[in-house]
Amino acid sequence: MSEKKPPIWLRIYTIIAYLYIYIPILILIIFSFNTMKLNIRWEGFTLSWYSVLFRDQDIIQATQNTLIIAIISTLVATLVGTLAALAMQRYRFPGYAASETLMYIPIVIPEVVMGISLLVFFVMIHFTLGLVTITLAHIAFNIPFVTLVVRARLHGYDNAIDEAAMDLGANEMKTFWRVTLPTILPGVLSGAMLALTLSLDDYVITYFTAGPGSTTLPLRVFSMVRFMVTPEVNALSTLWVLTVFVVLLIGQIVQSRNS
Amino acid sequence: MKIYRFVTLIALMVMLLSACSAPTPEPTSVPSPVPPAVSTPVPASTSASTTATATTVATLKAPTSKSLNLYAWSDYVPQQLLDDFTAKYGIKVNYDTYSSNEEMLAKLQAGASGYDVSIPSDYAVDIMIKQGMLEKIDLSQIPNFANLDKRFTNQYYDPGNNYSVPYQWGTTALVYDKKKVPFEPKSWADLWDPRFKGRLVLLDDEREVTGVALQVLGFDKNSTDPQQLKQAEQKLVDLKPNILLFNSDDPETSIITGEAWAGLVYNGNATLAYREDPNVAYICPTEGCGLWFDNLVIPKDAPHADAAMAFLNFVLDSKESILITKEFPYSNPNAAALDQFKAADPADYSAYMAFPGTNPSDDFLAHTVAVHDVGDATKIYDQLWTDFKGQ
Repeated sequence: MSEKKPPIWLRIYTIIAYLYIYIPILILIIFSFNTMKLNIRWEGFTLSWYSVLFRDQDIIQATQNTLIIAIISTLVATLVGTLAALAMQRYRFPGYAASETLMYIPIVIPEVVMGISLLVFFVMIHFTLGLVTITLAHIAFNIPFVTLVVRARLHGYDNAIDEAAMDLGANEMKTFWRVTLPTILPGVLSGAMLALTLSLDDYVITYFTAGPGSTTLPLRVFSMVRFMVTPEVNALSTLWVLTVFVVLLIGQIVQSRNS
Repeated sequence: MKIYRFVTLIALMVMLLSACSAPTPEPTSVPSPVPPAVSTPVPASTSASTTATATTVATLKAPTSKSLNLYAWSDYVPQQLLDDFTAKYGIKVNYDTYSSNEEMLAKLQAGASGYDVSIPSDYAVDIMIKQGMLEKIDLSQIPNFANLDKRFTNQYYDPGNNYSVPYQWGTTALVYDKKKVPFEPKSWADLWDPRFKGRLVLLDDEREVTGVALQVLGFDKNSTDPQQLKQAEQKLVDLKPNILLFNSDDPETSIITGEAWAGLVYNGNATLAYREDPNVAYICPTEGCGLWFDNLVIPKDAPHADAAMAFLNFVLDSKESILITKEFPYSNPNAAALDQFKAADPADYSAYMAFPGTNPSDDFLAHTVAVHDVGDATKIYDQLWTDFKGQ
């Protein structure tokens, strides 16, 4: 890495860029302690909204649902997506071009189209709407994203390494776990993170595939925004941001320990 | 060894997935194709008879279901009311939410079912009745229906209240800050005054906003005449310099902070603004203002119809209905509840009665014009709105 210090204008620009991203979040956090229910002006400091949050069964249930759906859909989508990417990188088969195009359709089509078509599909096969349908829908739109990211990582992957491992006596399974996967792991993890984020965030597709009693956090919050955004929502967001921050911090510490 | 970890992981996921609701095949036939969303307007007197597939909800004494699936706007039914309902009947309420009538309609029209009670607005009830999406309600099973103010029953979208009972109602009219505005606005035309430059907040609602322009020009708010609509579009374009922002979620915020001085808002927004700032006034302009009703309905094939009927009756109970008025800034169609409110909370009651946002005068009400379904002309309105917003 170069020893040169960045010029002053670049540093100022970087600070401004960070402020642009983080000031709204900071205001969000500060206003979670506001006494004013309509949350328009700062009127006083209080922790009451956090206790309201912890007593709000609907929000807690929604958060649980969101996390379960996100984790399961991420795991399955990462698994299937990685395998799909590997298959497309290694083999040529009839229908290759078609499967490539079809693979990326869920990324391109509007979410409303996908949401409604999934809903109609589930209704047609008499599959009761609920957490399972939401999870299946999330897996469906997550797989292409993971495949895309892993394929990018696999681009330029030299199969000679795999062949060398097998020459040295490793079978296919061992080669995959010990040689291929560690090499592409950064790509797989990026794909997984993307899938997790998309799943946590999703509103439109989740809305159409949700059933009675299986609400997720985005559905809950979006509907709250329509009427009154009380500082309870701010409190929820603050906790969410802090959790992500802590997780990333731990990840960074672990990573710097390893290298 | 590593393969065992792999297998365990897969097994775990399979178990987790199956632990969630297992698919139960519904004993219904394959649903028929969804009818087109826009139908030609049917005169009110025959709308009840065109729904050939309407079924009557079975007579109930006490509900036997153990749960109720409520599908409504968020924060629209007080938690206390739901808790009281559960305490009385032992029925657990699942409260799912949507954020617009259109979303709810789209989902139910596409075939989603499982909801027992929903709270659509007037025009949405109109559409749902015409498309046979609602269960018929046997009013003899809802004795608390008598609590309602008769002015608010038997509306154009559901004469005879065969499919819906009113939940809350309100108006859509002109709000302004007396301190900020240099004169006293009396009509919508006043909004075009150049002194309002960049100071107006409008609902992001194509029918209400276009309706204002139509009324200022002397036309019918529910006009389907393309010529009149063209003129309305031009009128709106003339208003553009005065518009600060479009906001259907919380327009009261701009009024309270003082960024906007006046605008077209729902009565709920105006009431919230008034509670923060007593200088806020809410009037029905001379040309006319809007009227809305939100209604309790039972969607077709509701799995817990008996619980739904009990719920409808429960919400209309005068003591429970007060909870809604205490928590939300809308108008309550339940006359018996308002009488109870007067006895129980005289101070809050007089505040409720004093402000036109919660209690509009007869004169105010006489000038209201509801938004009706305009059938095929909806396309013209859509195009007009897109063009207007795009300029």
